[in-house]
Amino acid sequence: MSPVLIATLRVLAAVGLMLLNGVVLIYMLRKVLGHLHVRLGPTELGPAGMFQTLADVVKLLTKEDPTPGMVDRVLYFLAPLIVFVPSLAAYAALPFSSSIIAADLDAGLLFTFAILSLVTLGIFAAGWASYNKWSLLGAMRSIAQQVTYEVPLLLAALPPVMIAGSMNLADIVRAQQGSVWFIVPCFPAFLFFLVAGLIEANQTPFDMSEAESELVAGFATEYASMKFGLLFLSEFSNTFVFSALMVTLFFGGWTLPFVPDALLSGVGGAVVFMIKTYLVIAVLMWVRGTLPRVRIDQLLSLGWKVLLPATLVWIVITGLAVKLGPALIGGVS
Amino acid sequence: MDPRHLVEHAGWLTDTPPTDVGFVPASLRRAPMGVDALDTERLIVNMGPQHPSTHGVLRVLLELDGEEVVAAESVIGYLHRGIEKLAEHRRYNAVGTLMDRGDYVSGIHNELAFALAAEAIMEIEVPRRAQWLRVLMAELNRIASHLVWYGTFGLDTGAMGQFLYAVRDREALLDILEDVTGQRMMFNYVRPGGVVADITPTAVEKIHAFLSTIDTHLDEHDQLLGGNEIFQGRVRGVGTIDLETAIAFGLTGANLRASGLGFDVRKDRPYAAYDEMDFAVPMSSDGDCLARYLVRMGEMREAVRIVRQCIEGLPEGEFMAKVPKVLRPPVGEAYAAVESPRGELGVHLVSDGSDTPYRMRYRPPALYALQAAEAILPGTLLADAVVILGSVDVVLGEIDR
Repeated sequence: MSPVLIATLRVLAAVGLMLLNGVVLIYMLRKVLGHLHVRLGPTELGPAGMFQTLADVVKLLTKEDPTPGMVDRVLYFLAPLIVFVPSLAAYAALPFSSSIIAADLDAGLLFTFAILSLVTLGIFAAGWASYNKWSLLGAMRSIAQQVTYEVPLLLAALPPVMIAGSMNLADIVRAQQGSVWFIVPCFPAFLFFLVAGLIEANQTPFDMSEAESELVAGFATEYASMKFGLLFLSEFSNTFVFSALMVTLFFGGWTLPFVPDALLSGVGGAVVFMIKTYLVIAVLMWVRGTLPRVRIDQLLSLGWKVLLPATLVWIVITGLAVKLGPALIGGVS
Repeated sequence: MDPRHLVEHAGWLTDTPPTDVGFVPASLRRAPMGVDALDTERLIVNMGPQHPSTHGVLRVLLELDGEEVVAAESVIGYLHRGIEKLAEHRRYNAVGTLMDRGDYVSGIHNELAFALAAEAIMEIEVPRRAQWLRVLMAELNRIASHLVWYGTFGLDTGAMGQFLYAVRDREALLDILEDVTGQRMMFNYVRPGGVVADITPTAVEKIHAFLSTIDTHLDEHDQLLGGNEIFQGRVRGVGTIDLETAIAFGLTGANLRASGLGFDVRKDRPYAAYDEMDFAVPMSSDGDCLARYLVRMGEMREAVRIVRQCIEGLPEGEFMAKVPKVLRPPVGEAYAAVESPRGELGVHLVSDGSDTPYRMRYRPPALYALQAAEAILPGTLLADAVVILGSVDVVLGEIDR
């Protein structure tokens, strides 16, 4: 096959996975939240309400799509795309298994973070273009939020990189093969990553830019129909990417302890990877259904005063351990 | 009177600077004049009447400096139905239906206030069983009302789960109320002279079932929301109303007791059978949102105690005094107050000797709470403004009447 065809197929596979993820995650969110909230979630359409999301997609697609007056029309139409495309591109470097990976990048971790930080640009564009004060407030919040979480998030992801000695996500997983998962040596980093990632994924208790009880719907207030659908889908996609990164960095990616690697090199590994990712997402939904929201100033001081110094300190400790550990313990890398 | 204040904000979003307006309405005097609000550093936003956290149809104009509230002004009246005026055209037995629609979250208390006022003019002796039934139903309704408040207060802070747990418990209460009164919210149960119906055996069973679970459920609520670190960070020290302000604004009920004055109509001017009940009045002197939360949660536990006493010691006898079908109170007037979940709910009734009231004045405690909240909003953050408005427990049906 020609390289162009292979590349096209890979992109299509990523798009398909993203859309499928969206459908599954929305159903899952409803069911998980439903049962957390002593109710049932959807039950009517299909077995156990499984087709409810499809009905919603049809509704979003066929709904009237009014454009409010006085919006910045170009930005207003572009913003959902600016949000959607990076969250799609972020799938590229995720190692589903050692052979299933869209683009095996040497700086895969850096690429994923860089491309995800573009999402905020789209959110800001959406809030700015909407000509709505609530949207504007949400947009400003999302910028303040990004400068707060971006640095701690990267720093929290560094200890696994330092131990593995590579930014390549697949290599990070391979470094965990046969040894312990990085959650054991990097447990504090895992906690920092979880908190910073919740902020990044715009999830409760840090869903500042949407904050429905304060800002109506934040940056998405003026969006309807499939434009809203795109914003919504990219939010789920970001949650998935963040969870996948967490699985890759801290939970051994596609590997399982005591299972030979030969069994998990292809589709089997991808299945393991997806199950792990969905377990992480379930925990995020649990958090979402339970916790109240912090205030914006509390979020900012958490980021600057706690997360940033703490991650820096932990990086120093990891660095010392990586350099001095072999000398002290005697050659164990 | 200059009627322009009725349309005062008509042009506030337009690009035309209203510089040539001679008459400056009260709210805009504090706002930046003559510029499009989006182009200035300060932002005027309309919180409500369509906002998710204004508990109905309250509209609050907020002038924001970034996220900080510089000035706040509430605009009420979106739910005005003219209950006071309509009452002048209803027979005394029928006014209860209007009162239910005032504070629709705690209808029994509203009916009770009117019935007490009418009975005071007519000097009706209400049977003891009716008094106890009134207390029983009022306290069940108080728990239901506080549960709504607890659930929506959590929603205001961004939590979602506790609302549905609150609704679960409230559902059991509404079942009981429906069993006895025939209605879930608009009861029309308390009438001048007593109550409409006796308690049913199934309702007694349901109350016992409710009492067997509610204590553990209240503990659950305390852990789910009250014990949450993030929640406490959101409410502790936020929206402090000191005692002086509270008294100046005429706050009553849990809002006043959270600010340090233990005034409770049930204790200080007992009505129905409250003088026979043994209950405490939860208090705090902090005056912040957390204090109001704790006082209300404590009140629910006390209400459970009162319900237990009522169901155990319910006296035998009639549930309605011998009153004529058409009530014609003598010429006179009376003021009666009850401790509704929101504070002192008063009815001042004037009778001219006919079969309809000459004038009925309805004192809505939430109106005073809203004014106090509005006064402490400047200087807080937008997110705090939502929490403060939620913490004082406003019900717009009562404020607008």
